[in-house]
Amino acid sequence: MPTLTINGDTHQVDVPEDMPLLWVLRDVLGMTGTKYGCGIAQCGACTVHLDGNAVRSCVLPVGGVEGKRIETIEAMENSELGRSVQSAWLEHEVVQCGYCQSGQIMSAVALLSKTPQPDDKEIDLGMSGNLCRCCTYTRIRGAIKSVAKA
Amino acid sequence: MSTARRFSLVTGLLGCFAPFMLAAQETQTDQQAQIERGEYLAKAADCLACHVTEDGEPYAGGVEFKLPFGSLYSPNITPDEETGIGTWSDEDFVNAMQKGVGKGGKHYYPAFPYTSYTLMSREEILAIKAYLFSLEPVHQPNRENDISFPFNQRWGMTFWNWLFLDDERFQPNPERSEEWNRGAYLVQGPGHCGECHTPRNLFQAKDASKELAGTTIQGWRAWNITSDEESGIGAWPDEALASYLSKGHAKGYGLAGGPMAEAVNHSLRYLTDEDIQAIVTYLKDVPPQDSDVTRPPEKTLADEVPTDNPHPLGLKVFADACVSCHRWDGDGRQTPHAALSGLRTVNDPEGLNLVRILIEGGKLHTGNTGNTGDSAASMPSFIEGYSNEEIASVSNFVLSHFGHVEGQLEAETIDERLGE
Amino acid sequence: MSKDDSKLESPERRELIKVSGLALGGLLIATCLPPVIHKSAATQIVEEGASGDSPAGPAELGAFIRIDPTGGVTLIMPKIEMGQGVQSSLAAMLAEELEVDLSQVTLQEAPPNEELYVDPILNFQATGGSTSARSFWRPLREAGATGRILLVQAAADEWGISSEVCEARNGAVHGPDGQQLGYGELVEAAAELPVPEQIPLKSPDQFRLIGKPLQRLDTPPKVNGSAKFTTDLQLTDMKIATTRTCPVLGGTLASVDDREARRIPGVREIIPLKDAVAVIGDHTWAAIQGARALKVEWNFGDNARLSSEQIEQALRDAADRDGALATDEGDIDAALDGVDTQIEAEYEMPFLAHAALEPMSCVAQVRVDACELWVGTQVPVMAQQAAAKVSGLPPEKVIVNNQLIGGAFGRRLEVDFIAQAVDIARNVFYPVKLIWTREEDTTHDLYRPHYLDRFRAGLDGNGLPVGWSHTIVGGSVMARFSPQALGENGLDPDAIEISAKPIYHLPNLRVRYVPEDPVALRVSWWRGVGQLHGAYVVEGFIDELAIAAEQDPVDYRLRLLQDQPRAQAVLRLAAEKAGWGQTLPDGHGRGVAVHQVFGSYLATVVELATTPQGGLRINRLICAVDCGLALNPTSVRSQIEGGTLFGLSAALFNEVTVKDGHVQQSNFHDYRQIRISDAPPVEVHLIDSQETPGGIGEAGTALIAPALVNALYAATGKRIRRLPLSRAGYHVLAREA
Ligand code: FES
Ligand code: FES
Repeated sequence: MPTLTINGDTHQVDVPEDMPLLWVLRDVLGMTGTKYGCGIAQCGACTVHLDGNAVRSCVLPVGGVEGKRIETIEAMENSELGRSVQSAWLEHEVVQCGYCQSGQIMSAVALLSKTPQPDDKEIDLGMSGNLCRCCTYTRIRGAIKSVAKA
Repeated sequence: MSTARRFSLVTGLLGCFAPFMLAAQETQTDQQAQIERGEYLAKAADCLACHVTEDGEPYAGGVEFKLPFGSLYSPNITPDEETGIGTWSDEDFVNAMQKGVGKGGKHYYPAFPYTSYTLMSREEILAIKAYLFSLEPVHQPNRENDISFPFNQRWGMTFWNWLFLDDERFQPNPERSEEWNRGAYLVQGPGHCGECHTPRNLFQAKDASKELAGTTIQGWRAWNITSDEESGIGAWPDEALASYLSKGHAKGYGLAGGPMAEAVNHSLRYLTDEDIQAIVTYLKDVPPQDSDVTRPPEKTLADEVPTDNPHPLGLKVFADACVSCHRWDGDGRQTPHAALSGLRTVNDPEGLNLVRILIEGGKLHTGNTGNTGDSAASMPSFIEGYSNEEIASVSNFVLSHFGHVEGQLEAETIDERLGE
Repeated sequence: MSKDDSKLESPERRELIKVSGLALGGLLIATCLPPVIHKSAATQIVEEGASGDSPAGPAELGAFIRIDPTGGVTLIMPKIEMGQGVQSSLAAMLAEELEVDLSQVTLQEAPPNEELYVDPILNFQATGGSTSARSFWRPLREAGATGRILLVQAAADEWGISSEVCEARNGAVHGPDGQQLGYGELVEAAAELPVPEQIPLKSPDQFRLIGKPLQRLDTPPKVNGSAKFTTDLQLTDMKIATTRTCPVLGGTLASVDDREARRIPGVREIIPLKDAVAVIGDHTWAAIQGARALKVEWNFGDNARLSSEQIEQALRDAADRDGALATDEGDIDAALDGVDTQIEAEYEMPFLAHAALEPMSCVAQVRVDACELWVGTQVPVMAQQAAAKVSGLPPEKVIVNNQLIGGAFGRRLEVDFIAQAVDIARNVFYPVKLIWTREEDTTHDLYRPHYLDRFRAGLDGNGLPVGWSHTIVGGSVMARFSPQALGENGLDPDAIEISAKPIYHLPNLRVRYVPEDPVALRVSWWRGVGQLHGAYVVEGFIDELAIAAEQDPVDYRLRLLQDQPRAQAVLRLAAEKAGWGQTLPDGHGRGVAVHQVFGSYLATVVELATTPQGGLRINRLICAVDCGLALNPTSVRSQIEGGTLFGLSAALFNEVTVKDGHVQQSNFHDYRQIRISDAPPVEVHLIDSQETPGGIGEAGTALIAPALVNALYAATGKRIRRLPLSRAGYHVLAREA
């Protein structure tokens, strides 16, 4: 029975070890901010942080993440960087349908925490794992830059 | 008649003939034991890989083998009397496995690895037969081979066999340990490793002087698996080799793709730890042979976008589609299967297996629990969504970033590989 | 998919505002849209709304706006939010005239009710076709104004003064001496007052909300993960299902071996359906694993041998049939007779999947006496009917709770997945959430039709067109979706959009449409549909004419747009912003496209660089827009940006193909989508306009592909007529730092 540390809380979950973290979060723990889009690490909708790194939870077997620090979109408002990314997202009216945006924000926070002043190219390379079918890319770039400047 | 049905017939009679009971039970246990042994051996011999199509019934055959001179199709080996081997006698079956001659005297092409299976004893072969005969018969007519002259002249095989088939059983080497001998038997006999890993001569026979030195097959590189430290597996820790064989991957050393992934999926992952260890012991002792591609010496990479890579398009494609699983440091983000560092695949200037896996994708079953669900270790094929130029460039990027070689792949190279 | 906007000005509309008190207290303002089909709508609103507790459940929300005794304003939202910002725009129209703050408005999704919520342009209750702003522009403002007038009057009566000296502000009425009464305190009295004769509306310079950049109402929960889409819903005792549907359209289930699947922990039920097998699990993972472990045999049926080549051949063959005449002006044969410069071209556009990021999903519960759905749908009434049909219940026993949609692009105008969810749910007693895997979603879509277009035109001595003949061949979406809307000879009004009436001055115009439905695929609406297709081929071919006439593509278009001042204006603006005419290095090029789309005018210019290996880099992408009065400029911009890149994605990469009746693409590795690294910045320039608001959700999508191929021609001299560009080996280069 894997023990997980998610957003600072400990959870014991009775699930098979090969079950991807995504479904544990969504269906077992009821944290549905993390989304399913492809299941093969191609869209980024399921992005969470594992020890501070952006990872795709749809292909991350839960058995392998015990003892690691997991953070999800639900906890982004607890950190200063998370909050400023979220408010930049609102200020720049990034969101359209919103389905990809949890993942986008998780990737943006991970990018900014490693590269606080990314240029266009760094933003592109850091964020290109996250698809947005509404194609809000122009605004994502703008929002990330505004956080970088602040 | 399937074993299950035979059993029920026997049990039905038991009430009346109590004295039979013990004997019958013994027969049952013997039979059951023989079938179980046969099943294990059939797995060790990887029969299924060649006798099942993607959506087909197990052992019903129909798999196409593209050879330079045409196509062969594996036959139905379920106990169906009409289309399978249901009418075969023990003798027929043993002859096929040891001599490459099927019922009715038909010679097989050595795509069927009887030159390896011949090392198995009659008793073992009959255990495999018992197992196959315990399965449900599948009615599926065999596909005719599609071979051009003169290769379609099966009698030619008699001559070939005379030259290249040693119709002999495995002889243990008394100077070596039991474990070593078990390993040698598994590698040379049922495992038929040399069929892929030993280069072939002009006559399509294994070149004994280059045993297990590696070659290409179906567009994939079957690596050098001799004990050579640089280009073979000599420097691999035993645990790494054991993990590679039984799980298809050993982080920092190897990841099975293509035909080798199939060998793991259908065969190797079912072997006991002892047998895997035996294979390790034997392979580590196979005389070293050197070959072109070596394992990349360790490289310290950061999990950051590289700034000095000469393949901007490849770098972009890697960022778009690959980095989510593989990471910039090649460490494998989600699962150790995605680790790229240390693989010969990323140090092969021709990028043979690299391009292959991009074209075909890959899937490894990670456990032997019988869970047929999708395992974490799969990679989709990227050829449909990406241009040849992009595939070539991302390959060049991978080779220079994770390996120590400069790939020279171009869009045309990918075109050629697609034709293979 | 549009009808004449003038319907909105129908004089009978004034009678359609009804006001009444609610049984539970409060004021109800029902503003019904012009009842194009159902004349009795207004009466019904009042009846049902007044009782406030109509028995059927869904109808209890029988009105658009309610103001309750606490002053809360509820807007029953006839349009579903799927990223276009529609709910906020509509709320702003109401709040503007009602004089409340946007944040005071609560939105509630409308239940299915064709009578109440019909879209007057579309003629049924739906979200789509970029009609929302156009349909609700007047009615919602009038409803707000009605409420305000009544509330002010009620306050004035209370204070015994003239309403002239009172003012409504921020949800309260203020008197001249500092008196103040909140709306909640006034609703009862207001409900007794007669509907005002005159409902004056604000002039644009008085707007506080409309035309100003506004923070959308739906976005805060979408940046912290709390917004719930259909896939996120969790009901008590709910379980999760996924399906494997026969990979060949029209095939049926022959048999299924579920022994392996049942062994997977968490798998609860395996339910064979006519053309699918459903696996229900405790969690999605169990359901997915179970579905993968099923060994299924199908009867593939007649389509099992079908391939893309055959479908395309059928289109080619059909092109020689007569089809239906959409336009026949002048005498094309005579006009082209003996003309020296004649140009012919054949264009092709592929089948496209929607690939919304939220895969198809629907929660359904079927009880003996009722069925309840929780699903994001663009067509609640159709959802209700589909569920009724499958469950055998009467439609009024089907409750539809509409949900936020994670991108639809037309996909949720279809109800196939809803019917499937109900089909599964009727086998169990608990609610079931059906989620398709991405693979199922891609392979069981209803696709944008594959079109084949043939052109022939002749030019006079000045290079101007003297005749233009255009044959369109493709599947008819209308024929499947609403056959009653088809014209004579199967003329599909959607398939001929733009093509039948190009904005250019084209004498001797003949346009034919030959319907040819693909057998192995169903076709449906896809963001932009008909207009997207029309804009691509017309704008591509007009560019070819300009080149043949050796004239600048912008000048040439301007010449043919004599009576189109709005089109001219956007074209000029885009060209100017793009630096049109300035020389570019070798291998670089600019391309342009302009048209009227969904009631708005748009011009797009692409500037790109190419390499001999097929690499391309879009350096600039400029859009000039006249969408009439921009309700929310920020939303307009973001819709144009997103829509343009959405169209770019398809133009670059997308094509659905079929082999042995199976759709070949399955997920984002082989049905690739544009990423941030492929996406150039989009420069949007708005023209200040007071015209009636036009649609913007699909406009950008329609114009990018022609601008792109025109730019490629300028850069390389190669004319791409068949999309996507990846077919021709093009790929996107990394952006320069
Ligand atoms: S759902 Fe995980 S990357 Fe798409
Ligand atoms: S906002 Fe809709 S997918 Fe990104």
